[in-house]
Amino acid sequence: MTQTEGDPIIRFEGVSKRFGDFEVLKSIDFEARQGERIVVCGPSGSGKSTLIRCINGLEPHDAGTITVEGVTLGRGKAAPARVRNGVGMVFQQFNLFPHLTVLQNLTLGPIRARKLTQAQARETAMRYLERVRIPEQADKYPRQLSGGQQQRVAIARSLCMEPRIMLFDEPTSALDPEMISEVLDVMVELAGTGMTMIVVTHEMGFARKVADRMVFMDHGQIVETAPPEAFFTAPRSQRCRDFLNKILNH
Amino acid sequence: MRNVLLFALLALVLAGCSSGNWGWYVVNPQTKTGWTNITFLLSGLKYTLLLSLTAICISVTLGLLVALPGLSSRRWLRMASRTYVELVRAVPILVMILWVYYGLPTLTGLAIGVFWAGVIALALSDSAFEAEIFRAGIQSVAKGQYEAAYSVSLNYVDTMRYVILPQAIRRILPALGNQLVYMLKMSSLVSVIGMQELTRKANELVVTEYRPLEIYTVLVLEYLVLILIVSAGVRWLERRLQADERG
Repeated sequence: MTQTEGDPIIRFEGVSKRFGDFEVLKSIDFEARQGERIVVCGPSGSGKSTLIRCINGLEPHDAGTITVEGVTLGRGKAAPARVRNGVGMVFQQFNLFPHLTVLQNLTLGPIRARKLTQAQARETAMRYLERVRIPEQADKYPRQLSGGQQQRVAIARSLCMEPRIMLFDEPTSALDPEMISEVLDVMVELAGTGMTMIVVTHEMGFARKVADRMVFMDHGQIVETAPPEAFFTAPRSQRCRDFLNKILNH
Repeated sequence: MRNVLLFALLALVLAGCSSGNWGWYVVNPQTKTGWTNITFLLSGLKYTLLLSLTAICISVTLGLLVALPGLSSRRWLRMASRTYVELVRAVPILVMILWVYYGLPTLTGLAIGVFWAGVIALALSDSAFEAEIFRAGIQSVAKGQYEAAYSVSLNYVDTMRYVILPQAIRRILPALGNQLVYMLKMSSLVSVIGMQELTRKANELVVTEYRPLEIYTVLVLEYLVLILIVSAGVRWLERRLQADERG
């Protein structure tokens, strides 16, 4: 690693992305430091999901420069394996592999991409299943689990790749209310381990608790970025105040 | 339903035994000639099976290889796949058999035996349909599955092999089974170039015995039984894979 402590682990410089005529990211500048926990929020269609999907090249950018762990991502193409290996991602819809058991979901990447042996991958998988507190579900299929359990499996699946950065794309938005906290608990715990985390979410309680920094996006731009206390108590922009009013006052 | 059909056919055949129009003696297993004739007819089974199974294995593989570039983001790959499907699908199977058997050796200078000419013709014809089936199956897998595979660093081949195809194949299994049944039936056309399969055997026996009604009825029954067995096999496989997914 050519990284030194405190250097940005992720850096966006003038990054733009368009879907057809719609410019979803407009010349974004953004940095995240090693171990930083950033919560990204904003109205739907503001580009927050696209922002984090650009970090692992899932959504290739059109213009500007993205650097992740010292590697510059190519425009218009998938990220190199070195970047993908270092960046885990958790999706709103879990995206577990339905034809594989929980354990197989967790070991597929480590065996095929990290070239671990079956036994090593299994051991890693069980360790992370313990950590998300569902080791007893290892031999079940995803559809036999509740939404909250499925999302915890998805988190464990990402962690099995031993990433240095974790991206969360609205991880609790598809969950029933009573299952949200079990997923957030796991994420809070993960935040305590010093993992670099970028989380797109509307869970402001979670944001207050773990975020080092809040990022507010609207219309493809980063409108405001601030530590949580300042962000929630004294938002500078009108758009951000409107947004916070809408999601906090009911 | 299937049993009813089978029963009706058997009843028809049995009724025929007693009526004056039928001459079941040609295939009566109790007489020496009848027995010889039956074994002669059944001796084609080996080739029908060998031909169809070899052809279906090749056509499924070929179909997948044609389908994958058809889903590429590169336009020329999609065009190539599309062209193959449209061209091959436009050729009638019988024409394909004649062309491969009589035409291809002249073109390539290589002599092709009846068996391989049959296999190549059937496999080519069927591959276009297999490609379309695979394309539909692969497209039915949600985009999130690719994204999840991408995020655990799987490469294209591993993504297809471990994530996409296992799900696609479960969904297209009924269609693949259908193609196998179709293939078994189409193999009868290879009799025209002299392949010693079920239909050819029946044709030859008709020429010597002059009993087309009885002999072709036996031929119908041969295909019927064969295909009922195959259908049952495909259903069993479907159930097994579904049970697998439910755990």
